[in-house]
Amino acid sequence: MNNFKSIALAGLSIGVSALVFSGVAHAGKTLDGIKARNQLVCGVNTGLAGFGAADSQGKWAGMDVDVCRALAASVLNDPEKVKYVPLNAQQRFTALQSGEVDVLSRNTTFTLTRDASLGLSMTAVTYYDGQGFMVPKKSKIKSAKQLKNAAICVQSGTTTEKNLNDYFKAQKIAIKPVVFETLEASVKAFFSGRCQAYTTDASGLASIRNKEAKNPDDYEILPELISKEPLGPMVRRGDDEWFAIVKWTIYALLEAEEYGITAANADSMKTNDSPAVQRILGSSEDTGKLLGLDKEWAYRAVKAVGNYGEMFERNVGPKSALKLPRGANNLWNKGGLQYAPPIR
Amino acid sequence: MASTEQQSPATPPASTGGTKTSRWRSRAFRGLAYQVILVVVVLLVGGYLAGNTLENMRVRGIQSGFGFFLQPAGFGIGESMIEYDSSEPYWKAFVVGLSNTLRVAVVGIVLTTLFGTLLGIGRLSRNFLLRTLCTAYVELFRNVPVLLQLLMWYFVLTDWLPDMSAALNPVTGFFLSKNGLSFPIPVWSAGHFATLLGLGGGIAAAWWHARRARHAFEISGAQWPVLWPAIGMLVAGTLIGWLVGGMPGAIDMPERGELNISGGGAVTPEFIAVTMGLTIYTAAFVAEIVRSGIQAVPRGQSEAANSLGLSRAQNLRLVLLPQAMRVIIPPVTNQYLNLTKNSSLAVAIGYPDLVSISNTTLNQTGRAVECILVMMTVYLVLSLLTAALTNWYNTRMAIKER
Ligand SMILES: N[C@@H](CCC(=O)N[C@@H](CS)C(=O)NCC(=O)O)C(=O)O
Repeated sequence: MNNFKSIALAGLSIGVSALVFSGVAHAGKTLDGIKARNQLVCGVNTGLAGFGAADSQGKWAGMDVDVCRALAASVLNDPEKVKYVPLNAQQRFTALQSGEVDVLSRNTTFTLTRDASLGLSMTAVTYYDGQGFMVPKKSKIKSAKQLKNAAICVQSGTTTEKNLNDYFKAQKIAIKPVVFETLEASVKAFFSGRCQAYTTDASGLASIRNKEAKNPDDYEILPELISKEPLGPMVRRGDDEWFAIVKWTIYALLEAEEYGITAANADSMKTNDSPAVQRILGSSEDTGKLLGLDKEWAYRAVKAVGNYGEMFERNVGPKSALKLPRGANNLWNKGGLQYAPPIR
Repeated sequence: MASTEQQSPATPPASTGGTKTSRWRSRAFRGLAYQVILVVVVLLVGGYLAGNTLENMRVRGIQSGFGFFLQPAGFGIGESMIEYDSSEPYWKAFVVGLSNTLRVAVVGIVLTTLFGTLLGIGRLSRNFLLRTLCTAYVELFRNVPVLLQLLMWYFVLTDWLPDMSAALNPVTGFFLSKNGLSFPIPVWSAGHFATLLGLGGGIAAAWWHARRARHAFEISGAQWPVLWPAIGMLVAGTLIGWLVGGMPGAIDMPERGELNISGGGAVTPEFIAVTMGLTIYTAAFVAEIVRSGIQAVPRGQSEAANSLGLSRAQNLRLVLLPQAMRVIIPPVTNQYLNLTKNSSLAVAIGYPDLVSISNTTLNQTGRAVECILVMMTVYLVLSLLTAALTNWYNTRMAIKER
């Protein structure tokens, strides 16, 4: 019965939101809306430690949350002026489409279908990831190829289901997906032993193992990554100004790392000799004007969350609880993939 | 519509125009007019909403249409009664989801009927212990939300059963573990045609015997034994067919593999939990319906049966139940419908029913409105079908005036 209600509600809300929010695209830009209510509404994960999770005091933290904070800092001059809307895998796109959130910053993979058919746009990649597998150590499974006939727990509404099929089909290995609607249910089923493996983004696996397992050491993440999962924030289509702001705020955090600007030295760096640094921090050229912001938009973003590297280390890096290696997420000039177009 | 010409007594005599005015004012005409207006309004509002939604989706660049149903689905489904491969189109995945929903519904309805009837009769038992147990059962299970019950059964199954490597093996060929129940199934061979034919023959013979018994009873009042001979005929027919077919005996036995138990038939813990949970929940309601149905038959009927010397079992079978049926069937239909609709909760515990498949499709294609429409239509049709079937049965069972 419950499900019926939610289906009916979903149907209704799609209809109603289409009506109610029909004004948004024409009337005001997203930025105007944010300024008018003096608050950024950010769609985040329901609880994935390291990326987006609220602590017991209701304070949100994580990589994806930091993107929201950086945005609020550059747009509203205050990283705290964010309202977080926790969204599960299935709700996220509808919430963004209907205008319930200004930006979706929630470990979301960029794919063609999502970019081309949902009325949404992908901004910049904040985390290069790939899908992996987690198994109990005692199972002695060392490679995904050993998972023949295994039951594999997965959450629906993710890119995960399709990748799982693609990979094992190519390997000609039969597996049995067991698909759950929510993260809790799928994780619980895996830890209870219903499935021989759990699959999702490798970053998600690290977070789940660390946060949800009774004893994280009892579980192993297999070496294979079976897909490309470029994760990053998405915005609604048709608002190019806001799209540019989100994109360039992320680039600013990356450029800041490249030029050695940190949260701690941002103030003193303002008078640095490098013209590039001065441009980023707004002490010479006014790049903000082109985005509809003020001169110090990027300075405030870095000041609020640190540069990309700091953000990474604090939330998910080798010294954090998740202990994820920087790997592909290193800057391009340090052997990684993170390459921001120049702020110029 | 028979009252078209009938005037409401309160209508004052028309001063001018005579019949013309009064026809305009007739209740039937007004009734019709209201209905037409209502339909027009509903259509207009519906059309406006649909048009507006489509237009807004277009403006926002959200694509729509049912064309995606022909695209390859690209996702696997954990269990299916129908052959399915991820390279097949989305519509096929929906059919698989529907078949999984129906599997739960059909098995659930049969089990609920049996179990609920027994419980209902048990609630009227003269045995104190039995009666109290049945009452306690009903009160417990019908008052706990069904979603919680499903989750509970699922967690009980997946938490308490052993891992696959240590699967319980109570009888040869049966394995019970967190991965579900595996059991032996006969391998299909040509010889089984004869077995099936034999079974068909047995059914025909049993039916014919029952007819003759009823006939004999109506003519002379003689009571022929029916149940045991009928069962005998079924068994004998099947056995003869099997012998004629050359006694095909190949059986697919489940075996313990490296990671999984393979071979034989298997049901997943998801299926067991959904079916068991819905059966246990719905049976509590059916029990109440059966109890009240039996109690609705006037006492005099039982007393009359007693005075005719019918045993208690005969009384139940020949006098009480046939009359109670008429009271029981309509509300039980409702329970069947509820069970079918409640099976959509299966998605919460990972059973790939229609809702689960639809959710996956919705998320992969972004076609939310379309998927939800299809889902609603399917449940509507299922409900209407169940209702139609039970109505038909109800008419058959209704009192036939002689
Ligand atoms: N990157 C993938 C998967 C993202 C995803 O939703 N992952 C799951 C498992 S780590 C999750 O975060 N679930 C939390 C929730 O739905 O509440 C995607 O965009 O589809």
